[in-house]
Amino acid sequence: MKIFVCIKQVPDTETKIKISADQNGIDTAGVKWVMNPYDEYAVEEAVKTRDANPGSQVWVLSVGPKARVVDSLRTALAMGADEAILVNGENLDNNMTAKALAEVIKAEGGTKVIFSGKLAIDDNASSVSQMLAEYLNVPHTTVVSKFSLEGENVNVERDIEGGAKEVVQMMAPAVVAANKGLNMPRYASLPGIMKAKKKVIKDIEFSSLNIPASEMKVKFTNFTLPADKPAVKMLAGDSAAQVSELVKLLRDEAKVL
Amino acid sequence: MGKILVFAEHSQGKIKRSSIELLQAAAKSGNTVVATVFGADAKSVVESAGQNGADEVYVIADASLDSYNPESFAANMVSVINAVQPTILLASASSTGKDLFPRVAARLGAGVASDCTSLEISGDTVKAVKPMYSGKCFATANFENTALKIVLMRANQLPVGTVDAKSAKVVEHSVEKPDLKTLIKEIVKGTSSKLDLTEANVIVAGGRGLKEAANFKLLDDLADVLGATVGASRAVVDAGWVDHGMQVGQTGKTVAPSLYIAVGVSGAIQHLAGMSGSKVIVAINNDPNAPIFQKATYGIVGDALEILPKLTQEFKTALQH
Repeated sequence: MKIFVCIKQVPDTETKIKISADQNGIDTAGVKWVMNPYDEYAVEEAVKTRDANPGSQVWVLSVGPKARVVDSLRTALAMGADEAILVNGENLDNNMTAKALAEVIKAEGGTKVIFSGKLAIDDNASSVSQMLAEYLNVPHTTVVSKFSLEGENVNVERDIEGGAKEVVQMMAPAVVAANKGLNMPRYASLPGIMKAKKKVIKDIEFSSLNIPASEMKVKFTNFTLPADKPAVKMLAGDSAAQVSELVKLLRDEAKVL
Repeated sequence: MGKILVFAEHSQGKIKRSSIELLQAAAKSGNTVVATVFGADAKSVVESAGQNGADEVYVIADASLDSYNPESFAANMVSVINAVQPTILLASASSTGKDLFPRVAARLGAGVASDCTSLEISGDTVKAVKPMYSGKCFATANFENTALKIVLMRANQLPVGTVDAKSAKVVEHSVEKPDLKTLIKEIVKGTSSKLDLTEANVIVAGGRGLKEAANFKLLDDLADVLGATVGASRAVVDAGWVDHGMQVGQTGKTVAPSLYIAVGVSGAIQHLAGMSGSKVIVAINNDPNAPIFQKATYGIVGDALEILPKLTQEFKTALQH
């Protein structure tokens, strides 16, 4: 059984965002790139599932600029993935990305389960997993914090609003988009990193997939930074005085009570 | 002018505030407003949809749509879209909205912009702005190559006032029952009856300054008085004090309440990203150099454990008057 994991490379969460000169994106100079944090849960669950199902393999896929995305694929290989495929393409939207992933998975003979993160922390769109499932004509569940594979049943728990959970059963193959809480992602071990360095990453040019430019549905422009906040008003006195002043300000000045 | 379709979410026949925001925004645009409501209780939403500006309501009053299933909702949503032929579709960036509409968009070859915080509609054009990098910056979504523009709006971002009330025409739409490969076996209710962080108007959040898990009780007491939802920093979630569903930040929830009270939260860049869209921010921390004060409206330097009970008492008194 092939188990696929779709990952995205994003700026590290520590990154201070600067806007590019044309305002159509961020300034990537000096940005440290990492695997999207939610995708780490996806890779971990795929590796655990592979280990519980002898004869299985984990295939990690990513769509993005080859020069840097290859690093995140190597991280996934070092965490235990067996094979990696990179679709080299830039300035693609969610729809084009989902189509490309679906094409690759179909070409590789399909699967029982596909893992991904519930969202990428760069565009915060949480859409590629569902679109991919649609293009593969398979069910999906997002925001998953519990997973098990029993025969042809993919059993998951999905976190919904207010701390509630849905217990969901899907017929394989299915797309599972991971939330925090699914597992504790392992760190890549040194032998894992050495082994990953030697692996051949298969690359595919996005242009070879015959996905027309008209599949671009949403383009983001006019990037802006949040407006500066006025300086903080520090309250003085002992704690009783501070508390009473705060409540007064919230009521009379900020008018939020 | 075209048609705007609003996916109206409800809880047992009571329309959600976030859906009222969307109906009113659609009504103000001058387009024809069509709402759609799913579930056995769907019909009881018609009147309030009309009061908030809907001209027509497509009702699928079928119990198979009482709770969310991605496959049945997608099939029925597509069926309504095909019948209505809207140019714009508005829905909430709720857990249902975010899960459903990317799939619907892919099936129809439409564009979808998720989790938007500002919306301007002029004729058939839509300007939707959304936070990127969990609020570290914002960008405008431009739709291309699509007859249908789907915008998912975050709750509490659009004003609710009064619009011309209408007596909405009811269109009973037949249900689609696709062969399901997804079975929702059980819904386990959460322990909290409070609004989700993403919908909350007031949030009190705790960090390591609370010293131990048991002290979150002090935060709960404050939240009860304020009708607030409790949030947390990543540090205390990772320490296992509270559930990850309470995490605010770049790997947690992005929030935008009117009032955010951060107690014992130092303000790592990831946390600031998630909460900086809050209107008024109060920071309480014993370190005067904590980065949280750079984003705060009001700051108190002091011991969270000493200040919290006093604050709870002070709010209790203030809110009684």
